[in-house]
Amino acid sequence: MIVRKKDRVIVLGITGKQGTFWTEKMIAYGTNVVGGVNPKRAGESHVGVPIFATTGDAAAAVGADAAVMFIPPPMAKDAAVSAAEAGVKLLVVLTEHIPAQDVMAIHAAAAKHGTRIVGPNTAGLVTPGECFVGIMPAFVPSVFKPGRVGVISRSGSLGTLICLNLTRAGLGQSAFIGIGGDPMLGTTTRDALQALDKDAGTDAIVIVGEIGGGMEEDAADYARNVRKPMVAFIAGAAAPPGKKMGHAGAIVTGSAGSYAGKRKALEAAGVVVVDTPSQIAPAVAAGLRKDSKDVA
Amino acid sequence: MNFEEHAAKALVLAPAGIAVPRGMLCLSAKEAAMAAAQIGPSVVKAQVPTGKRGKAGGIKLASTPAEAEKVAAQILGMAIGDYKVERLLIEQQAKIAREFYLAVLHDTQARKPLILFSTEGGMDIEDVAAEKPQAIRRLLVDIDSVPRARDIAAMLKGLDLGAAEAQIAQIIDHLYRAYRSRDAELLEINPLALLADGRVVALDCKFVLDDAATYRQAELAKAGSRGAMTELERRGAEAGLKLIQLDGNVGVLANGAGLTMTTMDVIRHYGGRPANFLEIGGEAYTKSEIALDLVLSNPGVKSLVINFCGAFARTDVMADGVVKAWRKLKPKVPVFFSIHGTGEVEAVKLVRNELGIEPYDVMEDAIQAAVKAAQ
Repeated sequence: MIVRKKDRVIVLGITGKQGTFWTEKMIAYGTNVVGGVNPKRAGESHVGVPIFATTGDAAAAVGADAAVMFIPPPMAKDAAVSAAEAGVKLLVVLTEHIPAQDVMAIHAAAAKHGTRIVGPNTAGLVTPGECFVGIMPAFVPSVFKPGRVGVISRSGSLGTLICLNLTRAGLGQSAFIGIGGDPMLGTTTRDALQALDKDAGTDAIVIVGEIGGGMEEDAADYARNVRKPMVAFIAGAAAPPGKKMGHAGAIVTGSAGSYAGKRKALEAAGVVVVDTPSQIAPAVAAGLRKDSKDVA
Repeated sequence: MNFEEHAAKALVLAPAGIAVPRGMLCLSAKEAAMAAAQIGPSVVKAQVPTGKRGKAGGIKLASTPAEAEKVAAQILGMAIGDYKVERLLIEQQAKIAREFYLAVLHDTQARKPLILFSTEGGMDIEDVAAEKPQAIRRLLVDIDSVPRARDIAAMLKGLDLGAAEAQIAQIIDHLYRAYRSRDAELLEINPLALLADGRVVALDCKFVLDDAATYRQAELAKAGSRGAMTELERRGAEAGLKLIQLDGNVGVLANGAGLTMTTMDVIRHYGGRPANFLEIGGEAYTKSEIALDLVLSNPGVKSLVINFCGAFARTDVMADGVVKAWRKLKPKVPVFFSIHGTGEVEAVKLVRNELGIEPYDVMEDAIQAAVKAAQ
């Protein structure tokens, strides 16, 4: 789930306002956008990219390592299932508010066809200095710069702030993995942690979590065996219990998914958990210093 | 979106072919007496979209119309959770032989529908899960199909259900289909009762409709509960914004749920109290004008943090909305900005030039200043 410059990317819903805006940004940044999909405009070209009627046509004609969806909720299921059937290996689902039963159908199709879903309700993936897929401000130099810190975030806005803080502290990023704010995600915190753990270009890992669900606890289970320094921030310590705050995932019921439970699980696994976003960069720097001393 | 029991039974269970007791919805004690006269010995049940109605005293038996009138008068107007009781369901009393628990919901970890069944009906399923986890049977279902008869039979095996087993198996199938066709987030029958006469009937029903699916369940959604909202929250909902009013004094306007929650956390971290949750992330980022109005309308607000970190949401668009609203509203409380990400150069310039306010370079500094100003 770390995107590379060579990855051929198809944009579903390329001709819409957001599809157009972000496709231009992606291409300008270096993303290898090879095609777009819009059944009504097949055969045309849009922002310099050929348009196909279906993802299957696009995959057959120009290849598709990854696809990204600028598709509204009512059409999201069909678009995602078609992409999985077309053999797309990595599908970035940006759409927020897809009905939950449609999301389950998307995951079922992905499992059947071997597609990795990132999202739904993700801001996407960034490999600074190389390419990005989604709706992240990869091109804002104050936010992202190439480096060796991997960042996992459920939230796009908070993830942006944290990358900005890292960049200001001189800590560039190897990859930003936006896993999404929905309760049922194709790529979990644990999956992303595993990918960054195995990535030779990543020396330290930042986990930006959120109250609700059990993903941070599950990731903590994996984190116990990670040797790279890890720093986490979990949003929602001050959230009133039982209230949904935008991300449907961020609902606290009982003690499962609570701030305290997540913090405890991560700390027990050796992750440094900080109280505010600006404490992340210093904690990462300290972890890297300690790491290099250990090696020496 | 939550539904009251009467709506869940009438609109979801009954059309699915699941038996419910005879019942009538009443708005006054007089109506309750009239209903009880027709129905006979009844149960008077407060209709509010929340649990623990029985424990709160919102469910009472009445053997005569006079008694129904008396308990109805007691229950009407009662506060249960965040709700005031305004409606009652008068339902025929049932002679219960056994009570079961049945639900269909999303298993978010497996990313599949999950059927739960337990012979420990009538109590909180969370308590059953904690005390007797082995008493809960589970069946994961493939979303593209329906539960297979042999899987249902395996789930019910060894529970000594006797002649009721076939009925229960059928109810499970019906409930699953209703969950699918109604876009349920949760569809729960507790208790599902085996009556003395051998029938299996749903005595209660909890139905939660997936908020993201209301566009294709429009008729059904009309019968859903609006939830307990403050006037301000209602105005937010009308504008398509998720607003939660809190009892603090530092107003929050941010984009994205994660950043908004973090803004609240940092307010707490510095010893302040957030006055609201309000996010204008995603497609809502163009609504900063109405959002500012809402936040400033909260009488408790003594200072305001505006925290934008643009990814999809463009900070220049959000800042422009704030500037426009500012001219109309002329805020009297001090406002502290932190602006970063997509469109930040234009946004910072706009706030600086149009409002004469210098955004903070570090988010925590803006929040700390706002907490101080509110004290």
